[in-house]
Amino acid sequence: MTTRTQTLSQAGAQSGILPIIGAAVLGAFLLYAAGFAEASVLHDTAHDARHSIAFPCH
Amino acid sequence: MIRPMMRAIPSRSPATEAMTSRLFTSALFAGLLAGLIAVLLQFFLMQSLVLEAEAYETGAKVHFAGGVAGHDHDAHDHDAAAAPDGGVEVEADGHAHSHAGADGGDTARLAKAFFAQIVIWVGYGLLMVAGFALAERFGHAITARTGLLWGIAGFVSFQLMPGLGLPPELPGVPAADLHARQIWWVGCALASVLAMVAFGYGRKPVFIALGVGLLIAPHLIGAPDLDGFYGMAPPGLAAEFVSRSLGVSMAAWAALGVLAGYFWHRQNAAPM
Repeated sequence: MTTRTQTLSQAGAQSGILPIIGAAVLGAFLLYAAGFAEASVLHDTAHDARHSIAFPCH
Repeated sequence: MIRPMMRAIPSRSPATEAMTSRLFTSALFAGLLAGLIAVLLQFFLMQSLVLEAEAYETGAKVHFAGGVAGHDHDAHDHDAAAAPDGGVEVEADGHAHSHAGADGGDTARLAKAFFAQIVIWVGYGLLMVAGFALAERFGHAITARTGLLWGIAGFVSFQLMPGLGLPPELPGVPAADLHARQIWWVGCALASVLAMVAFGYGRKPVFIALGVGLLIAPHLIGAPDLDGFYGMAPPGLAAEFVSRSLGVSMAAWAALGVLAGYFWHRQNAAPM
């Protein structure tokens, strides 16, 4: 168990930066789509949430 | 959901797969739960205010019986009994909206808000766990406890600081150019995130000074605004909306931080 924990921990520390960048880019994309994009279907869908969470809206 | 993500990443070493799985499952679980909290609070605390504001936006209700908000106190007649135009309902006390909070509108509208909130909080969750992974690379352990601090820092960075320049607004409030506001909002949030990192992980006093500078800079530049206030809804309604927006965001951010920290830590310690 301890060994495994250390192994996983090292694996996490040594693995590439790509998954981290991937997660950040996808997160930013989701926020852009839900909070900022002006396509009317996105705006209309997210309208109430945008106001409630205080993204700049119309 | 996760499988295709992993295939999209060129290096398929076990370590990379473990990291990818850990990032996406932590963000997904935490984001879904935080989004659920946010949407429930939105339905019960905020949706009735949004609908109320829309009644003023469309003119179904009028707070100031004729005229925009100005110094003409005669225009601000709370006892206005006479409708300014035929058939327009004037709400006398300007504050008759139901606090029961149950009248959230039609189901489709609630479903859309639900979907949007989930997407927003999974998005914030992904950004947060990416930050966890970076912090871990620099030797900082993340647990539910540190996650809570991250959540509070997220609230400060994405709600409180941008909100100082661009307060949460009810629908129908005229505001400055949307693009300008969006750019300022993103810049303010990014600067505030960097400030939080400097406060939390900077090891020398100079980082504190740097953090303070980053927090203040966007506000010295100044958020885009109009040269006055032109909202149609009563000030009390707007005030209630702002305080509830901050409260709802705080709850969701705290939950996101605790849960993301919990799932992140758990997947490090437990066999997967």
